[in-house]
Amino acid sequence: MIFGVPVQALMGQLLVGLINGSFYALLSLGLAVIFGLLRVINFAHGAQYMLGAFVALLLLTVGGVNYWFALILAPLFVGLFGAIVERTMLSRLYKLDHLYGLLFTFGLALAIEGTFRYFFGASGKPYAAPAQLTGAVNLGFMFLPIYRGWVVIASLIVCFAVWFMIEKTRLGAYLRAATENPVLVQSFGINVPLLLTLTYALGAGLAAFAGVLAAPVYQVSPLMGTNLIIIVFAVVVVGGMGSILGAIVTGYMLGVVEGLTKVFYPEASNIVIFVIMAIVLILRPAGLFGKDA
Amino acid sequence: MAGKSEPAATETVAIHAKAGQIKIAFLAIALVALILAPQFLYPIFLMKLLCFALFAAAFNLLLGYTGLLSFGHATFFGGAAYFTAHAVKVWGWSPEAGILLGVLGAAALGLVMGAIAIRRQGIYFAMITLALSQMFYFFCLQARFTHGEDGIQSVPRGRLFGIINLGDTMTMYFFVLTVFVIGLLIIWRFVNSPFGMILKSIRENEQRAISLGYSVSRYKLGAFVMSAALTGLAGGVKALVFQFATLTDVTWQMSGEVILMTLLGGIGTLAGPVFGAGLVVTLQNFLATSDVPVTIITGLVFMVCVLLFRRGLVGEFFATKLGRKLGFRSES
Repeated sequence: MIFGVPVQALMGQLLVGLINGSFYALLSLGLAVIFGLLRVINFAHGAQYMLGAFVALLLLTVGGVNYWFALILAPLFVGLFGAIVERTMLSRLYKLDHLYGLLFTFGLALAIEGTFRYFFGASGKPYAAPAQLTGAVNLGFMFLPIYRGWVVIASLIVCFAVWFMIEKTRLGAYLRAATENPVLVQSFGINVPLLLTLTYALGAGLAAFAGVLAAPVYQVSPLMGTNLIIIVFAVVVVGGMGSILGAIVTGYMLGVVEGLTKVFYPEASNIVIFVIMAIVLILRPAGLFGKDA
Repeated sequence: MAGKSEPAATETVAIHAKAGQIKIAFLAIALVALILAPQFLYPIFLMKLLCFALFAAAFNLLLGYTGLLSFGHATFFGGAAYFTAHAVKVWGWSPEAGILLGVLGAAALGLVMGAIAIRRQGIYFAMITLALSQMFYFFCLQARFTHGEDGIQSVPRGRLFGIINLGDTMTMYFFVLTVFVIGLLIIWRFVNSPFGMILKSIRENEQRAISLGYSVSRYKLGAFVMSAALTGLAGGVKALVFQFATLTDVTWQMSGEVILMTLLGGIGTLAGPVFGAGLVVTLQNFLATSDVPVTIITGLVFMVCVLLFRRGLVGEFFATKLGRKLGFRSES
């Protein structure tokens, strides 16, 4: 017993929080990467997450393609879709007020989710975890379902990989430079428009990856990304979009806080992240890791 | 949204000598049309249209004249609907007192949300208002007085000032029309007041406004509360028109809808949001009986508006030679 709560319940909710946190981290990372370069808040991020889950589901039911291939193929499909959207439409809005990018992607999210709802209905569809990851291990103080453990590990690996790519590689250096001064970077002969397209595709792909990971945990439904994206917005406001690492850390942290709230004060678990956002805004308007005021 | 978004008009056109009279004639025609409309169209539909038109106009006060994009206006619209419905049904208040409570409640919510959200600008402002309104949605989902998924149903319309029976549909229609006209007059007066001028200057150049000694945050907060209160007026009246208040009105989809109305009609024009609301409500009514899902159409209209005509329908008309000749101009 810890603070009058059984250890099992506490650990169970902590795990749930860590899993939610994994999705918050992956999604807010994608948002931060896109915003960093394109200065667009990608409202369609939740829809792209949903697309990832649906591509995995359709690959399995129609094409018989298993989970592991879906984990690679779905992000590629959705990334390609993102690249097309960026090239044909989104890129026309860069010169305008940034709010138009938000409004455009909002419309895009509505159109995508509406379409899937029309063809697949609003109810959730189950997606079985791969055979290699079913079952649970006894950790002594609790049973850990293997798939849930995998979600946390996979998201940590991908988050680290993206951080490494942006902070430590040459391509990442171009990206960071283009964030600071796109005109100068272009004058050095680097194809900045291509860089923008790739960045948007990367962000959309990350969302799709999170979607495939989520498919066996939650059910696959057209609306699975809608409410999630609003929470992720709050996460991004708390973390401040200035830093990649900040987005990742804040994602996990708020997931765990949400899980703990479910143990100690369940009524508030829906709103705890928004309350934290309000408090952070009052005390530190730039966000925990933000650079600009 | 800032003035840099659109190129300036290509040529200057002399304003027609009788432009003022023509404008007044337009207004008179519109008013007569609204008075006669219930003879030809379903009055409940018209009342819904007027409520949303006022909602959009109040929203535009913030977006068009202050440059702040709120993604949380459903909080004030739906919140006021709940307050009015609860006061009238449970406490037995008169309709005017119920609506007043809705307005004051929405203003109070606006004060809290505004005070938090104006700490960040631009895109962050939109995200923060969205998150806070989602928080209010969860509050409404769990609070006892809202009755969760059921909402507050069969709200009596009662007697206005104790004498006028609002149960009669035509009486209700003229009450809603009066509220609508008063609401628009308040907005027009507000926009053209010194306060409104300062708001426009903040939108155009915030740093300059600060250097001139204006307390920018206070003006922004004032505009936010004003917009929330007028939105509350629309929400409270809507609760009486439909005689219920539900969760639909506090969802983020509702916040998105009002943005669409304003964008489609024309940001920064007085008539734009009214036209936009009319179009969107008519479209929804039309689609409700067809097989095509509303969300897809809404999403596509959003994308087309942002990509192709950001000035909106009324804004595009104002930008034509005829529009400029009549002395119309968008404020954004």
